[in-house]
Amino acid sequence: MPSMTLGRSKRSDTQENGKRVRQYFMKGFIYIVLITGALIMLVPFIWMISTSLKGQGAVFEYPPRLIPNPFEFENYRKAWSALPFALAYWNSLKITGLVTIGTLISCSMAGYAFAKINFVGKNFLFVVLLATMMIPGQITLIPMFMLFKEIGWVNTHLPLIIPPILTNAFGVFLLRQFMSTFPTELEDAARIDGLNTWQIYWKIVLPNCKPALAALGIFTFMANWNNFLAPLIYLNDESKFTIPLIIASFQGLYTTDWTVLMAASAISLIPVLIIYLFAQRYFIEGITLSGLKG
Amino acid sequence: MFNFSRRARENMWAYLFIGPQMIGLTLFIIGPIIFAFAISFTEWDIGSTPTWLGLENYTRQLSDSVFWKVVRNTSFFALINIPLTMIGSLIIALMLNQNIKGKVILRTAYFMPVVTSSVAVALVWTWMYNPDFGLINSSLGLIGIEGPGWLSSLKWALPSIAFMTIWQGIGYNMILFLAGLQGISKQLYEAAVIDGANGWQKFWKITFPLLSPTIFFVLVMLLISSFQIFNEPYMMTKGGPADASNVFVLHIYDKAFQFFKMGEASAIAFILFIIILVFTLLQFKFSKWVNYDA
Repeated sequence: MPSMTLGRSKRSDTQENGKRVRQYFMKGFIYIVLITGALIMLVPFIWMISTSLKGQGAVFEYPPRLIPNPFEFENYRKAWSALPFALAYWNSLKITGLVTIGTLISCSMAGYAFAKINFVGKNFLFVVLLATMMIPGQITLIPMFMLFKEIGWVNTHLPLIIPPILTNAFGVFLLRQFMSTFPTELEDAARIDGLNTWQIYWKIVLPNCKPALAALGIFTFMANWNNFLAPLIYLNDESKFTIPLIIASFQGLYTTDWTVLMAASAISLIPVLIIYLFAQRYFIEGITLSGLKG
Repeated sequence: MFNFSRRARENMWAYLFIGPQMIGLTLFIIGPIIFAFAISFTEWDIGSTPTWLGLENYTRQLSDSVFWKVVRNTSFFALINIPLTMIGSLIIALMLNQNIKGKVILRTAYFMPVVTSSVAVALVWTWMYNPDFGLINSSLGLIGIEGPGWLSSLKWALPSIAFMTIWQGIGYNMILFLAGLQGISKQLYEAAVIDGANGWQKFWKITFPLLSPTIFFVLVMLLISSFQIFNEPYMMTKGGPADASNVFVLHIYDKAFQFFKMGEASAIAFILFIIILVFTLLQFKFSKWVNYDA
């Protein structure tokens, strides 16, 4: 009897060892792949910052130096003063901020109605709304341009603010799905306390939607901050340009001056990257939430 | 003052709540679509009066070599972008889902390109692809390989743009996959191990079926975004050299806002819409492999 137990434990010991060795190899392989991949993700940013700190001639060195010698901050000053960067930041911030706040209000209102109120034509209107998500923006681009030209909105920020607030079917859908899960008792109690529908929406429902609102807010902010095609079409005056437009016009201005171009890219990217590093939890939770609902 | 029935009051509130989105839907989506459809049958240079052409804007495309080039390029781009982004982000997500250290840092790195503006990042990549002094060819040179002209090469321009798009898209889809993976019960894997399943079997019998709704969602979204690519080719090549990287939206933009052919541009936008619609419907039709029950 004792020998049998011994034999069995010996065999399972070697099995265990083999398994452990395999697992170590597997882990090592995973780390190598993941770290290599992560480096590939970071290289363009490192290369951007490296170039932006080099002197004019240093970019033509071979092989290229990763750490510039000497550090040249002149490129940043040149980039900052060549085009109205500060103004572009303000324009982008203003447009994106207004669109985000407006979207959160208009989408949560519609989402609340579709989730919680019974009204005539509800299902039909909801299906129409969802169908519009399929339509590529390029189709409406041309007629919208004609419309805004007609009413004098071209070369103003209005075409970049008003339509995005009022046409966000995705946002309505996301918030409607989220609000559908709320228990009705909460609202019934509020109604007995004498709150009207607006007060229930504003005081009871909205505070309970924070995760979904945060998700939609981050999406809206990112999409509009990086929006390029619409500003490209609507804005002519440099003083009205947004950050992506300024970057594009930099390219036209300094076609081969890569040190200044990279400094300009860095000025536009670094604030966003810093915000991301501090608030990344919300970015990731937002995508997770929308992915599961969508 | 007025004594509406509860039902009428509810309807009134609901229309008030959905009002902003419905006004936007009518003014900025449905109206423009009808308008775009109408002008797609006319010849209309901005400023002149439209003349009726019938189907000519559509039939003309069939014999237009640039149009076919654009169709081929956009499809080719989708054929590189969709599978590589899909497989890349799935592999990273599967690996990050293992019991490893430094998860948060790795995830931060992979997601970083997602939050950055594609316009600024495209500028950085244009510099990396620089045939003479860019990081890629300099690095290849160190190991004795003479790299191609990348963005100025007929053969490599479009794949170069695709690589950058994959780089920027992997993080987003990785997060969606990670969320899906976290929803799969650990007990299923434990049970499979007891039954003697290996890693490959665990993937195909458990992970893949349970992740299939996420995979399907990612597939549909990638297809739509691939066909709508604009910022990257606009910034990096303007469609060149010799239309080698010209794609649908860039072609529409050129027709409408460089040559002011609003009618023809609208017709091409409708063709794009129909292509996206057909592919999306096909994906839904062949979605038997997607498992929604689990």
